[in-house]
Amino acid sequence: MNNWREKLPPLATVGPLLALLLACAFFTSQSDRFLTGENLSLVLQQVMVVGVIAIGQTLIILTAGVDLSCGMVMALGGIVMTKLATESGMPAPLAIACGIGITTLFGLINGVLVTTVGLPSFIVTLGTMNIAFAITQLYSNSQTITDLPDALNALGGTFRISGTSIVYGVVLMLILYVIAWFGLRETAAGRHVYAVGNNAEAARLTGIATTRVLLGVYVLAGLFYGIASLLSVARTGVGDPNAGQTENLDAITAVVLGGTSLFGGRGAVLGSLVGALIVGVFRNGLTLMGVSSVYQVLVTGILVILAVATDQLSRRRGR
Amino acid sequence: MRSRGAAFVFITLCSLSGAAHAQKTEPMIGLITKTETNPFFVKMKEGAQAAAKAGGAKLLTGAGKNDGDNAAQVTAMENMIAAGAKVILITVNDAKAIVPTVTKARAKGVLVIALDSPTDPVNATDALFASDNYRAGRLIGQYAKAALAGKRPRIATLDLFPGTPVGSQRHNGFLRGMGFAAPDRSSNVLGKPAEVVCMADSYGNQTRGQTGMENCIQKNPDINLVYTVNEPTAAGAYKALKAAAKEKGVVVVSVDGGCQGIRDVRDGHIAATAQQYPLKMAALGVTAALDYFKTGRKPSGFYETPVTLIAAKPMKGVESKDVKTGMELCFGDK
Amino acid sequence: MSNVMEARGLAKRYGHVTALDGTDFELRAGEILALIGDNGAGKSTLIKILSGATIPDEGEIVLDGKTVHFRNPMDARRAGIETVYQDLAVAPAMTIAENLFLGRELRRPGVRGEALRMLDKKRMLVESAAHMQELKIGVGSMSQTVETLSGGQRQGVAVARSAAFARHVVIMDEPTAALGVKEGAMVLELIRRVRDRGLSVVLVSHNVPHVFEIADRIHVMRLGKRVAVLNPKAISMSDAVAVMTGAIQPPP
Repeated sequence: MNNWREKLPPLATVGPLLALLLACAFFTSQSDRFLTGENLSLVLQQVMVVGVIAIGQTLIILTAGVDLSCGMVMALGGIVMTKLATESGMPAPLAIACGIGITTLFGLINGVLVTTVGLPSFIVTLGTMNIAFAITQLYSNSQTITDLPDALNALGGTFRISGTSIVYGVVLMLILYVIAWFGLRETAAGRHVYAVGNNAEAARLTGIATTRVLLGVYVLAGLFYGIASLLSVARTGVGDPNAGQTENLDAITAVVLGGTSLFGGRGAVLGSLVGALIVGVFRNGLTLMGVSSVYQVLVTGILVILAVATDQLSRRRGR
Repeated sequence: MRSRGAAFVFITLCSLSGAAHAQKTEPMIGLITKTETNPFFVKMKEGAQAAAKAGGAKLLTGAGKNDGDNAAQVTAMENMIAAGAKVILITVNDAKAIVPTVTKARAKGVLVIALDSPTDPVNATDALFASDNYRAGRLIGQYAKAALAGKRPRIATLDLFPGTPVGSQRHNGFLRGMGFAAPDRSSNVLGKPAEVVCMADSYGNQTRGQTGMENCIQKNPDINLVYTVNEPTAAGAYKALKAAAKEKGVVVVSVDGGCQGIRDVRDGHIAATAQQYPLKMAALGVTAALDYFKTGRKPSGFYETPVTLIAAKPMKGVESKDVKTGMELCFGDK
Repeated sequence: MSNVMEARGLAKRYGHVTALDGTDFELRAGEILALIGDNGAGKSTLIKILSGATIPDEGEIVLDGKTVHFRNPMDARRAGIETVYQDLAVAPAMTIAENLFLGRELRRPGVRGEALRMLDKKRMLVESAAHMQELKIGVGSMSQTVETLSGGQRQGVAVARSAAFARHVVIMDEPTAALGVKEGAMVLELIRRVRDRGLSVVLVSHNVPHVFEIADRIHVMRLGKRVAVLNPKAISMSDAVAVMTGAIQPPP
């Protein structure tokens, strides 16, 4: 029979969850407002945009790549859908589709440059990050877009569960995580993503179409950024050309904190949700405690190093 | 193949240098803003360009990539001086870090004028044309005190981020206007009397402003006054207040005077905002530069550009202008 | 004894360098054929052609009586030829079962497999265990990740993968190269069991003692051509090496 010890998730995945629980315990002890349904629902709302971006980022990091353009592409999607829905009078669902279409297109561009031209993803996405930012500013004339039709704000609406209001967008984020988790763990395509990240040459030699896998990963990531842009619009109620700038690094932080290795081939997408929650919990908890936000940045930095170190150590022990 | 490429490059270089030579006859002014995209600076650039053109000078422009980006401003200044600019107008991202570059420029005989935000120390530049951010904070503080009408204030401040003179001055000016003891305009420390029950950093953007306000509401549901460092932050704060059904009972004040912000005042999202005039600052700066080209006279000291309080509901004892005036004078898309 | 695989007049040039100069090749059914030769003799080019990784400039390959043209390694695999590469081509962070079925994963029957494309992990675990058992490779659980295994065990996984899916030929490139004495002996035993399962094995090796231990015949390459096919029982190791370096003429 299988050794029960092998059934446990690796340290790299359990670690972040422990860190999150410890953080929650700490903040509960420091403020009686932390562990209320309302406050926790708030934290979920605050991380839902980064959470969805992090799904796409996880896919890319699993293939040993990184996407520095995620936040900027998300912002572009938001501006496109809000501008089309207000100034161009396009029906909202079509405008949303266009916004998501643009972000997916950027994903495709990233993917093509990485696979066909063979450029490192770091450099490609550094370029597309700037291009997306510039297009966003030019197209929106650096103005916030307001007075949005209801459909664009819909995901920001709430429903109640025993007295606590939950935002629809949060539910969507959780559903997307379940889908991503299923796809990566239970389908061949998902396992191929891991294989390409772990040993691309081996994947190629065993018959996996590595180019198609990589292209698919970047395009899917673009799709997730588009959904995130709709969530961002619904949360703030405006099209903000300066959105996405902090989300850029926050998404990568969430993935790393969640135990996914930057070297590819290892990690769990649910870890990224935990990573995003860790950042959100600290931001919320420290404000409740009245502590300056600079400490939140400090703590995040320390956690990132701990996360990467834990991953390295657990792997070494496994040998 | 290679020789053709070399010839092409050579011809291009010749024509470029020819063009540059032709332009050397116009005096050059450099304008470096904090960022490219904030409508405040877009307006400043427009004003500077118009004034320069009218005065027969050429305007070179540059900016940082985001708020706080000092390195890009250093590069821009060096490049502009190398290109022949004799006057630099700059809204500094980092008051201290830019000083060595400014000193080097002035040693070369270049006139450096700070716009909107001072350097640290203030006299590192030849002159400062700015609205007084401390006074802007004071105005909205005075308004807020009147608007609360004697109620005990429970204040949330949504600030920029640690260590910025603009953020500190507006924050501390606000506290002074409210009647509290607070650090003076030269301090970078944010004052925190007991009535300030929550502080959060917004980095000047709407999303972080919303998050900060949400968390503050959680901490102290009975907040009745919110100071915001700029109008996008205020918009985010309003969204959070509305979601918590608190928007009617809370006074929100801000600084900037952009057209979107004035619209928010009109719609009741912001009670009052202190309006600043980037166009005036830029025009003053260019005028001083043109004067310098003609007469060699350098401006010095602090030239204050006005700040006007814009409020939908005027309060007794506090001078303010109405929304209509605010809309006429605002920057950004009308 | 029939030839399961034959090649005539294979040639391959890279610019001014001739890697293969019109060489022949025969592999009998159920034998272990070792390919030896000095560096640059053409061994790796030959097996790249046989495994479909390289397309020859001239010559043809006959497999089981039929002429075949491989445009890529997948074509060779589809024809029933599997290759164990020198660096093993395994994904270290993935389990033994996952590696065995990499690129050829089994799906669950019915809707879950068709519509949701769900993997049949249990079946893959069971079948991998069976494949490994058949070759008597000693590993505990199929859910272990490959990086936790020793060098010899990893080689075992790569060999088991090829043996599981090959229908005719298994090609092995330097299978004992990175291994110590004990594990090397393990792998040699493994290769014998692959042959005993009815597959023919082509094995490239620099390790002449190992070659003499398990090969039925030895194909010697020199300067892009086959210069001899030796019987390890009829010639000494030092003579074989001498034929390889060209010091002596091959026996008739």
